[in-house]
Amino acid sequence: MKYSAFSILREGLRGHRGWAKAWHNPTPKDTYDVVIIGGGGHGLATAYYLAKNHGVSRVAVIEKGWLGGGNTGRNTTAIRSNYFYPQSTALYDLSVRLYEDLSRELNYNVMFSQRGIMTLAHSEPDMEMAARQVNAMQLGGVDAELLNRDQVRKYAPLLNFRDDARFPIHGATWQGRAGTGRHDAVAWGYARAADSLGVDIIQNCAVTGVLIEGGVCKGVETSQGLIRAGKVGAAVAGHSTNLADMAGYSLPIHSYALQAFVSEPVKPVMNTVALSPALGVYFSQSDKGGIVVGGGLDRVPSYGQRGNTPMHDVVLGGLVEMAPILAKVKLLRHWGGIVDVTPDSSPIIGPSPVPGLYLNCGWGTGGFKAIPAGGYLFAHLLARDSHHEISRPFDLDRFQTGHLIDESAASGIAH
Amino acid sequence: MQRFPCPFCGLRDEREFSYVGDFGKVRPDTKARVSDAEWAAYLYDQKNPKGQSTEIWVHLPCQEYFKMTRDTVSMDVIDAAPLRKPAQ
Ligand SMILES: Cc1cc2nc3c(=O)[nH]c(=O)nc-3n(C[C@H](O)[C@H](O)[C@H](O)COP(=O)(O)OP(=O)(O)OC[C@H]3O[C@@H](n4cnc5c(N)ncnc54)[C@H](O)[C@@H]3O)c2cc1C
Ligand SMILES: [Zn+2]
Repeated sequence: MKYSAFSILREGLRGHRGWAKAWHNPTPKDTYDVVIIGGGGHGLATAYYLAKNHGVSRVAVIEKGWLGGGNTGRNTTAIRSNYFYPQSTALYDLSVRLYEDLSRELNYNVMFSQRGIMTLAHSEPDMEMAARQVNAMQLGGVDAELLNRDQVRKYAPLLNFRDDARFPIHGATWQGRAGTGRHDAVAWGYARAADSLGVDIIQNCAVTGVLIEGGVCKGVETSQGLIRAGKVGAAVAGHSTNLADMAGYSLPIHSYALQAFVSEPVKPVMNTVALSPALGVYFSQSDKGGIVVGGGLDRVPSYGQRGNTPMHDVVLGGLVEMAPILAKVKLLRHWGGIVDVTPDSSPIIGPSPVPGLYLNCGWGTGGFKAIPAGGYLFAHLLARDSHHEISRPFDLDRFQTGHLIDESAASGIAH
Repeated sequence: MQRFPCPFCGLRDEREFSYVGDFGKVRPDTKARVSDAEWAAYLYDQKNPKGQSTEIWVHLPCQEYFKMTRDTVSMDVIDAAPLRKPAQ
């Protein structure tokens, strides 16, 4: 069923009884061409592009919980491509371009709102680094501007422009095409579109083992039985090491909890995304009015998917310094997601050490923005067994060749 | 706020501690030939277990490096032991 203004009007008039399910609930078949492990954004987008761009439709997505129940449904929805290195620019800007057309492509409103993002500079040396970042982005063909203090104030008057600010605002880097999206809608939109192309989306089904025959991955063992596959793609984020343990290889990944916060809804006070590296905080305001706040990783590696006080204090303390007017706003929710952090803060896309098993992981604190590109490139890899030129630099082999893509500066704070 | 046990100072606020790395990771013998794969594994690969994990930690105020076993899901500390040998 196509979603449109007309279908909403029609269903409104007949009591909303005609809506069809957005996807089916199939029992797994014995065998597929491709099995994707993980029903987050990356897994679902991969399945969609496999069917759409490569004509591979005997595809299953196996999710142990519910769609988007991992980081895809837990993030602060910042979408941007303001990275430093050309390899990253190519990857993340492909993603922003795909996002720009995604609602139409999927016939599902992912609410991509290009409200811009600013990274604050709090000193003159910060301004010089900001200029360097802006220059790198412009050379990479990505929109970027250097804002002065007055321009920042125009975009976000609620920030701290007091004389006694601990970190005075000197200016900011600005990417106007960046913004926010609706995280659940991205997962659901890809799921619905993939389902309509014949992909089996199987929820409540955990992968418990990897079937290896003659050194080659031939499928997965699951809580609903053995499923054979021509190829297996793993997109399990913070649980990538668990899967590696099942298949017998190691990964350069640490799992950490990353936390976020949302306030009670308030009147519109902020129409862009602002980030302060010095304070370790960023925030935006959702369409419902909630102030959405994020910060850095926990200090302790863990799989404890919940909030805790040390980061709570750092992030909220920083928020109050960054925008003092928000001090009295009440929090509504506080949560954590388990993210997969690599040594260079860049993702891993490529074959795993076990033939037949492929990796899409290492997105860490910033892979929501990359869901369309991650799916697009991973589908290419799975369908053709060779890299798209944009994913090639992100292969696992970079840790041996030494070609790390160290974006920790650009993604030092999670978002 | 959780408290971690320093073998030297006792229970202290978790923010005084820093995670150092996996316990039992040994630097390859660089006098012998070390392959790229071995070196990369040493530099970058992590055990990253879900559940019980044995790690090296440091208590920043006293600079005691020690071995801590903890549960990475519940965050319970199971054991903490000094790395240094007692003075003779
Ligand atoms: C608090 C927070 C804020 C963030 N903010 C931003 C942001 O502003 N912008 C941004 O770009 N990124 C952000 N991120 C990062 C982003 O959310 C992730 O990088 C992205 O969602 C990863 O998508 P994914 O599909 O790889 O993983 P996930 O969405 O985590 O999906 C992985 C799925 O695999 C499933 N799975 C795991 N093991 C198994 C198994 N054995 N069998 C079956 N299924 C399994 C899980 O249940 C899960 O649903 C944030 C993350 C967090 C936690
Ligand atoms: Zn101590």
